[in-house]
Amino acid sequence: MAKITFIEQNGAKHTVEVQEGVSVMEAAVNNMVPGIDADCGGACACATCHVYVDENWRAKTGKTEAMEESMLDFAYEPKDGSRLSCQIKMTPDLDGLVVHLPEFQG
Amino acid sequence: MPDKRASERIIIIGAGQAGAQAATSLRLEGFDGSITVVGEEPALPYQRPPLSKAYLQGNLAKERLYLKPDAFYQKTKIELRSGARVLSIDRLAKTIELEGGEALPYDKMLIATGAPPRRLKAPGAALKGVAYLRSIADADALRPRLEKTIRLVVVGAGYIGLEVAASARKAGLAVTVLEMEDRVLKRVAGPEISAFFEDLHRRHGVDMRLGVRLGSFEGVNALESVKLENGERIACKLALVGIGAEPATRLAKAAGLDVDNGILVNEFACTSDPAIWAAGDCSNHPSVLFDRRVRLESVPNAIDQAKVAAANMVGRHVVYDAVPWFWSDQYDVKLQTAGLAEGAEETVLRGDPDDQRFACWSLKGGRLLAVDCINDPASFVIGKRLIAARAQPCVKTLADPAVDLKSLLS
Ligand SMILES: Cc1cc2nc3c(=O)[nH]c(=O)nc-3n(C[C@H](O)[C@H](O)[C@H](O)COP(=O)(O)OP(=O)(O)OC[C@H]3O[C@@H](n4cnc5c(N)ncnc54)[C@H](O)[C@@H]3O)c2cc1C
Ligand code: FES
Repeated sequence: MAKITFIEQNGAKHTVEVQEGVSVMEAAVNNMVPGIDADCGGACACATCHVYVDENWRAKTGKTEAMEESMLDFAYEPKDGSRLSCQIKMTPDLDGLVVHLPEFQG
Repeated sequence: MPDKRASERIIIIGAGQAGAQAATSLRLEGFDGSITVVGEEPALPYQRPPLSKAYLQGNLAKERLYLKPDAFYQKTKIELRSGARVLSIDRLAKTIELEGGEALPYDKMLIATGAPPRRLKAPGAALKGVAYLRSIADADALRPRLEKTIRLVVVGAGYIGLEVAASARKAGLAVTVLEMEDRVLKRVAGPEISAFFEDLHRRHGVDMRLGVRLGSFEGVNALESVKLENGERIACKLALVGIGAEPATRLAKAAGLDVDNGILVNEFACTSDPAIWAAGDCSNHPSVLFDRRVRLESVPNAIDQAKVAAANMVGRHVVYDAVPWFWSDQYDVKLQTAGLAEGAEETVLRGDPDDQRFACWSLKGGRLLAVDCINDPASFVIGKRLIAARAQPCVKTLADPAVDLKSLLS
């Protein structure tokens, strides 16, 4: 099991515990964290699962693939640390991960 | 004063992508009356796209198909009646009848019954080994058969057929695709995209037969071969039929709602009965952008239209005008389509299909109608915005990969 903390724009925190192997998007959806629509269910096709990875975790969440990179380019207010949460798989290394939620999706 | 809506009862028929979304959106809209979602399938509402992809390949656990966990429905007080089939709607009494005789009253209703696969009417079509794919149950029946057999014949080269073909090739099966048209995906994509997918599947070893008609399925108790109209016979124990879907309109029709290739709704997703809305694959709506009626079969349509229906059900006036879009995954290729290409007079290519990365733009009188993108999300996202704006983009820019498409947005 690994912990993830989602922080909303208003500061509200949601810490959830998930199995390794699931995506950060699934962790949010299954634990009713608001603000992640995930319309395409993780197919990297919709960009409605956008999050900002906390500065301290960016090295560990790894690189974005080209496909994800281009989708992010058009997400609502992309910035440093922007990722599609369906493309981050939980590993033991990511236990404690902190991500911030954008104001809107799409 | 207590909200009068608090005592209102909403029933949603069909616990699929649109039904589940509408229930969720009703709560987000602030509706606090009762919501009952009645679905004939036994499972929690789930997403179907992986059924022909990761789930069929054995790469995704069943729980990961579910749109929301069980706890979500409890927390939001959405009553799920799974494994319950609706037999009829009584619009005068404002009740629905479930299999088993139970009647449920409603004040407002959403019909989201989807579109099950069109059945093939060929001799032998009822033989064991002739399969269809729509539900978890279908996928669960299909997967062990794929593991046990060496050859799959796919009848119909639409998206589902081609995705199953790709999944079966990954599993090492010999695959033959039969298509009566002269190209694959003819109903849904332009010739350039068809040519690309034909080539992609051939390169992956699929035996692609275009312009052939199936004659019959042969076998004594179970399928043994498929016979083409030209007399040729292909030995196989498993055939997957993917020849399109038919909107589930039986309930609506019997209740006297207007139906014509889907349940007819207006731009607010409302049917000919002001207390009944419809959304998703089963509905046929006037497209604001394309100025004609369309019936779409896609996850984004189910989600977006369900959101619009929910908003109107709580008394807001929201028009459904989202740009239609769709995706498909085959091998390492992702297709994303925005808009509707029907009626296009001109197509423009951006990039080279041989690079496995290109976009095909469809225009009419200068206006962009649709874009099909192969591993090219930038063209997809920009295309979608241009289509929403009814833009007439510069064709030279569209065609030239060296020019940034973002320049078209300003
Ligand atoms: C294998 C497969 C792959 C797909 N891949 C993609 C893809 O990659 N991208 C994409 O955008 N779309 C894809 N789709 C299409 C997408 O899944 C559908 O468009 C979407 O599910 C439509 O949602 P819906 O709610 O209208 O219908 P559904 O999700 O089909 O839900 C309708 C539900 O209503 C139930 N129902 C019907 N009648 C009754 C009744 N009388 N009583 C009770 N319940 C009833 C049905 O059993 C069903 O569960 C795919 C579909 C399939 C089958
Ligand atoms: S869920 Fe659609 S891109 Fe992540």
